[in-house]
Amino acid sequence: MASIELKNLRKSYGAVDVIKGVDMQIAHGEFCVFVGPSGCGKSTLLRMISGLEPITSGDIEIAGEVVNTIPAADRGLAMVFQSYALYPHMTVRQNLSFGLENINTPRAEITRKVDEVAKMLQIDMLLDRRPKDLSGGQRQRVAIGRAVVREPKVFLFDEPLSNLDAELRVDMRGEIAALHRRLGNTMIYVTHDQVEAMTMADKIAVLRLGEVEQFGAPLELYNNPRNLFVAGFIGSPKMNFIAGQVDASDRTILHLDTGESMKLPATGFRQQVGEPVTLGIRPNHMHAIEGGPVKVLVKSVEQLGGESYVYGHTSRGAPITLHSPGQTRIDFGDTVYVDAPLDEIHLFDSGSGLTLREG
Amino acid sequence: MIRVWEFLTATRGGARLHWTDWASYAYLFFGVFLMFFPVIWLVMSSFKTEADLQRYPPTFLPYQQQTLMIDGYDAPLPLFEITGGAYEGMILAQVRRVGLQAQMIDPASPGERLRVGIEDRVPVERFTLATENYTELFERFSFLLYFWNSTFITVMATLIMLLTNSMAAFALSKYDFRGRTAVLLIVIGTLMIPQTVVLVPLFLIVTELGMFNSLWGVIIPGAATPTGVFLLRQYMLTIPDEILDAARMDKASEWKIYWRIILPLSAPAIAVLAILAIMWRWNDFLWPLIVLTRSENFTLQLALNSFQGELQTDWSSLLAMTVLTLLPIALVFMFLQKYIATGIASTGGK
Repeated sequence: MASIELKNLRKSYGAVDVIKGVDMQIAHGEFCVFVGPSGCGKSTLLRMISGLEPITSGDIEIAGEVVNTIPAADRGLAMVFQSYALYPHMTVRQNLSFGLENINTPRAEITRKVDEVAKMLQIDMLLDRRPKDLSGGQRQRVAIGRAVVREPKVFLFDEPLSNLDAELRVDMRGEIAALHRRLGNTMIYVTHDQVEAMTMADKIAVLRLGEVEQFGAPLELYNNPRNLFVAGFIGSPKMNFIAGQVDASDRTILHLDTGESMKLPATGFRQQVGEPVTLGIRPNHMHAIEGGPVKVLVKSVEQLGGESYVYGHTSRGAPITLHSPGQTRIDFGDTVYVDAPLDEIHLFDSGSGLTLREG
Repeated sequence: MIRVWEFLTATRGGARLHWTDWASYAYLFFGVFLMFFPVIWLVMSSFKTEADLQRYPPTFLPYQQQTLMIDGYDAPLPLFEITGGAYEGMILAQVRRVGLQAQMIDPASPGERLRVGIEDRVPVERFTLATENYTELFERFSFLLYFWNSTFITVMATLIMLLTNSMAAFALSKYDFRGRTAVLLIVIGTLMIPQTVVLVPLFLIVTELGMFNSLWGVIIPGAATPTGVFLLRQYMLTIPDEILDAARMDKASEWKIYWRIILPLSAPAIAVLAILAIMWRWNDFLWPLIVLTRSENFTLQLALNSFQGELQTDWSSLLAMTVLTLLPIALVFMFLQKYIATGIASTGGK
């Protein structure tokens, strides 16, 4: 069992707080993804868990044991680095066996394990090459193999796919997910790509400025974002936001700052009369309809055949994206009116950014 | 081999030589002459006898006067060609010389003594290598002992220096500790103190530690060099920290990281430093001269110096030994020069 628990974890460099009190529980066997824009502290958090970065305060527990002062090597973790960090002067086989040699594994067993892992990752024909003779994808496999071969309790991935081209990235994504299913270990995966997060994770932690904005299952984050940041970060293309104010007397009427008005559901949100709110609608929930409440000036249209994207903005300049299946007749320069089903909208407090959803 | 020839005969292009080709080759030959002629002259001179060395005008190739063993005489007699007088054209052996006359005999009829004016004879000379210059080094002087001393000092000092310098460089480049910059500044600061200034205190310390007249007294004081630390540190800075982190995750101890990761990856810089250290230690003169006073501890450089007496200098032995002293360093340079070029380029450039 290798569950991980973070308790009020903090890190500061001098006066600068990088991680501002993170609490998190990752159960055994979970695939947890830390996602956030660059500089949000996700890599730092991962390195703190790994033990490569000392913590300022708080506790890290692995399998119920506080590991704050245990050095990286003894925490039973393995890490895959963004730059792969393969040992350039060693062959692939030496790269894979280095860790096992350090824990005095018998030679025959090292050979057996390395061969097994190499076969599993399909790098068995590369064992005598050096990293410089490998392609990016192959290096990535070796880096993963080096982590797998030591049979760690927890795997840590630090943006492992960011150096690969798009096609390879999709393949490797699938392979890492498959690896997780096969090994059943706890994995923590850092990325800035929310698509990676959505496709691979059991749990996603969205980080911003050293704080966890929301921690939960991917669809939970998608369906019930806790605040404007998570709503904007999760989902592609981005959620559309339109600022507005609830009517002074009727809380089911929303006056948008474009001067237009639309209806709000009476239940599900706890909006107050006269409250400034931000309306959020996902691009695929928005559709153009004659007599819709919001006017959109179309700037560009992407026809992909099977689906189409329409980009435009409201009369106040807020960007609006429409995503619809099939092909659209909307063209550049058109003015369209859009609407969305009431049960698909999101509503946020414009001041605090928090969701107004009830429950 | 073909490529070497192609390189050596490269031209600007076209069938005929352009005037820039002529200029380039003239310039290059001038350079070759300037650099190699003294060395070749040294090698040639080392095969000359003492008498040949004193000759004026000097010859490029070593010559020796021919001698002949003649019955009735204990030592071989020098041969002369007669250029004038009654015996012109004959080759005679000289028995002795009295004033302006020489007593000579014809090797064909050794009974008869002939008198020849000394201006009428020219020594019969032939190109001969005086290899006794070299064999004497081994017979009369303990060349092998000096050679061993020099080799021992060079090898041990280089190894110790590489070890200590690379460890210091590892700490100064990869560990973040309080005062790291200060330490580095102090290390580099010692570059500004000339060795001659610290010679006396260093001598006192070495004597106090009982290393006077011992080879270790030469090896230890120069074991850590600021240039070496700086050179290696700059190179190690280019090794990504993630590789060290990966090794730490792989349960490698810090010593193992140094030994298995840092050292192999710094090989180009270490090769450069090794070559510099070998050349420096092999050619070092001042410090061994101070520390080593007994001749059984002499290095080659000190032995060379001892050939040069106050009144008399044994030039033929001196030159032969100089050649032998140059050889190892030239070999080291020949085999490792590609590391110097690539190493210096990559230590400075990155």
